Amino acid sequence: MAGYVPHTDEELEEMLGFLGLEGLDELFSVVPPALRLAGGLDLPTGLSEADVLDRLQQLGGRNRGAELVCFAGAGAYDHDIPAATRALAGRSEFVTSYTPYQPEVAQGVLQALFEFQTLLGRITGMEISNASLYDGASACVEAVNLAGAQTGRNRMWVSQGVHPHWRQVMRTFAAGTGHEIVEVPLVDGVTAWPEVASGAEAPAALLAQSPNFLGCLESLPDARRVADAAGALLLVAADPVASGLLRTPGEQGADVVVGEGQPLGTALGFGGPYLGLFSCRSSLVRRLPGRLVGETVDGGGRRAYVTTLRAREQDIRREKASSNVCTNQTLMAVTAAIQLGWLGTSGLRELALRCARGTRYCREALLGIDGVTPAAPAPTLREFAVRTSVPAATVVDRLADEGFLAGVAVGPGYEATPYEDCLLVAVTERRTRAEIDAYAAAFEKAVR
Amino acid sequence: MAGGGRASSAPVLGRDHEPTLFELSRPGRRSASFRSTGIPEWGAEELVGEEHLRPEAVDTVEVSERDLVAHFTRLTHRQYSVDVGAYPLGSCTMKYNPKVCDEVAALPGLARVHPGAPAALSQGWLELLVELESALCAITGMAAATLQPAAGAAGELTGLLLMRAWHAAAGDERRRVIIPDSAHGTNPASVTLGGYDVTTVPSDDRGCVDLAALRAALDTDVAGIMLTNPNTLGLFEEDIVEIAAAVHRVGGLLYYDGANLNAILGVTRPGDMGFDIVHMNLHKTFATPHGGGGPGAGPVAVAERLVPFLPGPRPMRRGDGVLDWEEPPRSIGRIHSWHGNALVLARAYAYILANGSDGLRRVADAAVLNANWLRRRLSSSYDIPFDRPSMHEFVASTATLKRRTGVRALDVAKRLLEEGFHAPTVYFPLIVDEALMIEPTETESLQTVEALAEALERIAAEALEEAASGSDLGVGSPSAALAPRTTPVGRVDEARAARQLVPTWDARPAD
Repeated sequence: MAGYVPHTDEELEEMLGFLGLEGLDELFSVVPPALRLAGGLDLPTGLSEADVLDRLQQLGGRNRGAELVCFAGAGAYDHDIPAATRALAGRSEFVTSYTPYQPEVAQGVLQALFEFQTLLGRITGMEISNASLYDGASACVEAVNLAGAQTGRNRMWVSQGVHPHWRQVMRTFAAGTGHEIVEVPLVDGVTAWPEVASGAEAPAALLAQSPNFLGCLESLPDARRVADAAGALLLVAADPVASGLLRTPGEQGADVVVGEGQPLGTALGFGGPYLGLFSCRSSLVRRLPGRLVGETVDGGGRRAYVTTLRAREQDIRREKASSNVCTNQTLMAVTAAIQLGWLGTSGLRELALRCARGTRYCREALLGIDGVTPAAPAPTLREFAVRTSVPAATVVDRLADEGFLAGVAVGPGYEATPYEDCLLVAVTERRTRAEIDAYAAAFEKAVR
Repeated sequence: MAGGGRASSAPVLGRDHEPTLFELSRPGRRSASFRSTGIPEWGAEELVGEEHLRPEAVDTVEVSERDLVAHFTRLTHRQYSVDVGAYPLGSCTMKYNPKVCDEVAALPGLARVHPGAPAALSQGWLELLVELESALCAITGMAAATLQPAAGAAGELTGLLLMRAWHAAAGDERRRVIIPDSAHGTNPASVTLGGYDVTTVPSDDRGCVDLAALRAALDTDVAGIMLTNPNTLGLFEEDIVEIAAAVHRVGGLLYYDGANLNAILGVTRPGDMGFDIVHMNLHKTFATPHGGGGPGAGPVAVAERLVPFLPGPRPMRRGDGVLDWEEPPRSIGRIHSWHGNALVLARAYAYILANGSDGLRRVADAAVLNANWLRRRLSSSYDIPFDRPSMHEFVASTATLKRRTGVRALDVAKRLLEEGFHAPTVYFPLIVDEALMIEPTETESLQTVEALAEALERIAAEALEEAASGSDLGVGSPSAALAPRTTPVGRVDEARAARQLVPTWDARPAD
């Protein structure tokens, strides 16, 4: 057993003596005897540190996926994480600190979050960004809740281009809020927004993702026009890497921008912890979910940072709070600030460009194969979907034996659409021409 | 007194103002470099249609790697953390995070796995999740668990949606959830988002749920009750079996807020007390680091009859030993983008393996011993509103001190920062006037807890002394009122931050 409890036997005796107790069991005399666990927990006894590492390493060794050359995306991307980001984000002062409720000893985290909020505002084109939510899905849920509260309406129009898992999560939480999630279908890979029929209930919001789940770029000005006609908010899920090349959602009329921040320096990690991004117009700040850091001064007039507009939050407003979020993903937000700092203005653009180039090169290589066709004609940036002559899941299985994670088979969420059983392929700046050529050659064999 | 791991002082560095990244930025500087790929270098306009392409790069920041590293390293000098010193935060449980857990989370076999990889390519991960689930069930006395919730509050909401689905399956539309007045603020917020109305029940003069008031509030419109035991005053709800019976009698479910689970590890289990739904804040009980406010992880365990409703997909071992994802038959649906905060889950699993059944019991023993020792020790210098045996935490109050010296709980907290300790939780629970909620945790040595007690005693004595001698500042205790003075910044003007909102560098009025 590892020794994380520092008390010596002598100290235990001394402390029990101070309390007038005979033994440790007496500490729990308030627990009714019928509730006492006889014989202790049904778990093995503790292991040494080395044994723990061996065991976890053994489990890790059974994840064949860790060794494959990754062409999977679908909201989780295999980017390089630079040494500086790794080293700084791993500093134990960031890793082992608490929520910054005592700002005088938490200026490090608070300033890093303030910088994160500023950087996120610049890449989304929005005025306010919070200090993060759990993941892309939770950011969508909170955006929809904000839209419902702001408009007093219940119905949400959600594009089928939004990540299918995020749509599922929105449905789950709508069971509590009573929101009605109406999915708007895709035509040729992009959302075909309808007009609000006369007499029909207008939506609280439209939610679009661009680039969408299939990698296609949506027309946000079109969505804005429909939202305006309906008196609805426009919620946009955006990708922070794509923002290196694309016009910001803010300048295209978004009221709220959400997203998944994993591409900014966070490991794939089997899906978590990731980073939920949330930005909005300043007029919506009183309904902002989660933490917000603001600049202020200390008693001596020195610049200082603090979590602010706390009156929105659950610990103060309780059942009337704008959200129940308490813990967020601060460490990932700090990581994203570091990563955006490392990339810099020119690096973020170059990263996006390199992803787009690799995607184009890979797409052309796959489309040159007999039996592989594009799932949608729309332009794509860092990801694309193809239809193959064999089921996508089979392609993934076969390519795993050749050393590749071929992509993600488009599954639940796209039933009975033209995209059912397509293969979604992502290319990041990590993929080389040689890897893509080898992948395409293996792909050709796999779909034969 | 022998040394014992007490922080030597507040951070000694970091007293100089640290410029923001934006002030450090100089056009033309850069850190980034990219690998050579051999891919054709198409231009942006060839790749992205004109209607989508931004003509120029979005202006973020331009710094050298050296500047970047120096900047964030200097920020760490302005930050208190568990690795720096003790964090006696009641209800938040900030204990030492074993380093081996970080090493586990960095293992390439875990960290490099794409979440969309098929189950056949992630058998190790599924196995880890299934084993962790079963360990959490053994600890809580429940039948099965979902690991998807990304934090305790997400777990609460998941639990309420499970409650809703359970009643709905019986065609039962109930509207109310009962919460004690001492509950965490997330409880009522989660109840609202779960589509229920909050009914608050008072605590009695012993600090426990008022059983008569609870009975009066119960009827068939009550979907359930949210409780933590030990409760947020650090007291064990001795009537829990009666409470469970009363709630079950009207067809309600019992939800266990697992924020305080560390006090009862290996001693008793929520399942044995009659709870139907249990969430666990893994960072509090299983020592995963809190990252300045997250990530967390908030698995939810349930009794047998609620298992079909759990979020899906769930990792399951099939008859042939192969692991696969399965959708529970009446699932409430998915609640995370993927499978939950997996690397946090891996850390918690490593912690459980390292401690084992013997070590986890030792955690509860030492946590409860430290809390009782400190409560007894402080009872001569602070009010202890409910002076009964504590579990892992207790509530003290500065009400008397304030009456005699003007010193509030907040002043004591700020003064303690000067002493090299993080402050306790202040003004919570809401039902105690001038509350200081203190949880030493099991990883602090007797020497550290003694030093903490001495610091708190010194603060109280100093306040009484200064008030007695009269201060020309018009405050009872200048030492407390002016604290903290040894920290990177002095007392922060929170009101101004809210009144003149500056949420980004770009929103800052020009100097």
